[in-house]
Amino acid sequence: MNEIGLNHYLVVSCSLFFIGIYGFLTRRNLITMLMSVELILNSININFVAFNKFLFPHKLDGVFFVLFIITIAAAEAAVAIAIIINLYRNYHTIDVEEVTTMKY
Amino acid sequence: MLSTFLIVLIPLLPLISFTLIALAGRKYFPGFCGILGTVSLLVSCILSGMVAYDYFFVVGKIGDVYQQLVPLKLTWLQFGANVSIDLGILLDPISVMMIVIVTFISLMVHIYSLGYMKGEERYATYYSFLGLFTFSMLGLVLSANIFQIYMFWELVGVSSYLLIGFYYDKPSAVAASKKAFIVTRFADLGFLIGILVLSYYSNTLDFQTLITRLSTPTDQYHSIVTASFLGGSALTWGLLLVFIGGAGKSAMFPLHIWLPDAMEGPTPVSALIHAATMVVAGVFLVARLFPVFSMDGFALNVVAWVGITSSFLAALIACTQTDIKRVLAYSTMSQIGYMMFSLGVSKYGGEQGLGFMASMFHLFTHAMFKALLFLGAGSVIHYVHSNEMKDMGGLRRLMPVTHLTFLVACLAIAGIPPFAGFFSKEEILQAAYRSNKAVFGIAVLTAAITAFYMFRLYFNIFWSRDFQGHGKDAHHGEAPMTMKFPLILLAILSFGAGMIPFGKYISSDGKPLLTEFNPTFSITPVLLALGGIALAWSFYKKESQKPAAISASLDGFYTMIYHKLYIDEIYVFITKKILFNGIGRPAAWFDRNIVDGSMNGLASITASFSFMIRRLQSGKVQQYSVYFFAGLLGFVILFIYFWN
Repeated sequence: MNEIGLNHYLVVSCSLFFIGIYGFLTRRNLITMLMSVELILNSININFVAFNKFLFPHKLDGVFFVLFIITIAAAEAAVAIAIIINLYRNYHTIDVEEVTTMKY
Repeated sequence: MLSTFLIVLIPLLPLISFTLIALAGRKYFPGFCGILGTVSLLVSCILSGMVAYDYFFVVGKIGDVYQQLVPLKLTWLQFGANVSIDLGILLDPISVMMIVIVTFISLMVHIYSLGYMKGEERYATYYSFLGLFTFSMLGLVLSANIFQIYMFWELVGVSSYLLIGFYYDKPSAVAASKKAFIVTRFADLGFLIGILVLSYYSNTLDFQTLITRLSTPTDQYHSIVTASFLGGSALTWGLLLVFIGGAGKSAMFPLHIWLPDAMEGPTPVSALIHAATMVVAGVFLVARLFPVFSMDGFALNVVAWVGITSSFLAALIACTQTDIKRVLAYSTMSQIGYMMFSLGVSKYGGEQGLGFMASMFHLFTHAMFKALLFLGAGSVIHYVHSNEMKDMGGLRRLMPVTHLTFLVACLAIAGIPPFAGFFSKEEILQAAYRSNKAVFGIAVLTAAITAFYMFRLYFNIFWSRDFQGHGKDAHHGEAPMTMKFPLILLAILSFGAGMIPFGKYISSDGKPLLTEFNPTFSITPVLLALGGIALAWSFYKKESQKPAAISASLDGFYTMIYHKLYIDEIYVFITKKILFNGIGRPAAWFDRNIVDGSMNGLASITASFSFMIRRLQSGKVQQYSVYFFAGLLGFVILFIYFWN
């Protein structure tokens, strides 16, 4: 237990992933849901970096992927926040339960 | 030889005028539509005159025989190696004669309508319909293909329907147009089946090929004579079915019921469609297929007897009607009956083909004087504002032109020499005398009745009593010049058209058929006709009680004739009581409960099912993502399970 191996990384990433999913499914606040999505993305990032380091130490493919994902996540956060702001202006709430205009 | 382009232009010009007026006329040049239609018809008429001259005197004759020319032939729908529907133009003596008649009468009607329909609200629509009709009729007579003739046949039916129902706010006009359409459609069903039978056995739709193959059957096409169905050969059945179509369009008994009602249309339309051109389409059809008809004695006999029956019954009914247009309608039916039985008693070729020639001759002269009669009646109606005889009388001084021209037409139709009708009627009677004495007897009797009812009409309109209508201060004169001009021109033709040596140009086999005038034969019919006129003179010259007394003494018989032999009532009984109750109602029940029921059942099952599962579509994003992740998890588990 003196060395941190691949499994440790995977455990962290897995728990982060499920915490994210749990948050995404249970929270009603859109900002919190967005944060949960970020958690999921970051758990994937950890996976990528860990696999890159332990399986292909001479390559950088995994790291590049991480960079891409971070970029996408930033863009996505911008879009999502724009949507949230518009939602707030129209409904004065960002609770997903309250926004039910498109319901059956 | 005239170029094909010019020949094609004859039917095309009315079509162009129809399209122009129908699309733009009402909006952009409403006052100009009549002129446009008339001018296009004038050009068309001149062109057909040129074609006729060219055909009869320059190119039509090879040796001593008039040929059939096909200046245009386009393959339109190809269904296989040797079956195709073509569009073409067939020129032969009868089609050339027909285009001259159609364009000329149509031109007269166009000119006449300039005055008659003036100020009418749907003036432009009227002229566009006239153009459509003229186009279809020209297409019909020029058809080189039996299927093409069927298409134009339907087109004339449609334009006739449109024009009968022209005053669409009058319920009687709407009913009449529907009646005309349904009755002729019913007959056309027979025509269609007939076409299929004939073309199935001859393996072609082209007129020339079909006629050659069927009238001189080689072994290959002999099966039409040997194949038998219900006691008749396929040829007999095919021809009878085609004849049903012709009888429907030509208002032959018992499919004539639409024609008298068709008089609800504007009077010039009655002159054009329901007297001079469209109603003779049936005669034209039989004449077109005459070489085939002449192969089959039974079919010809049917044609003859249907013709003479219609002729006689219509003449009887015409004696009792009081609406002047209806009298004319029945007289039309009677005269077309003449043409039909004349074809029926004829044979193909040479002297035997006299009936064919006579029939076409009568078609020609009849078109002139019947158009004149209708236009004259239109002018009377224009003046009196009524169709009823009792509102007229004593009009001879008020309407001198109409009076004289109408008299000419009446003399022509009664067959008094030297008016046009005399010559053609004599030929018909001679043809009948030669081959069928019974038909001849009825025909002579009918001729006498014809003279009687035409002069009953004439005396009732122009003599009888003094005109009671709009007093001394008549609000308008007799008729505008546009209406008088066609009357005068047609009167001249009704007088002179009989002098044409018709047999020289038109006969069953294309060879000239010279007929000599036979005075001893003519004496009887002419004397009978004069007798009819004298009778009408004694009854109707002055108002008298004699006609009423006679009709009272004939009580039951008179009532029966007056009600047109109750044929309409019989049809109504058959359709309403038997067809509607026996077939219509069960079919409606089946439609509502079985057909609609199964569809409605399917729809309601779908609807209730989707109502059940509608809560799945909650619109809540998180619920959806739960489904998503659950599904994903399921796949992962499956994956791992099968991986091992």
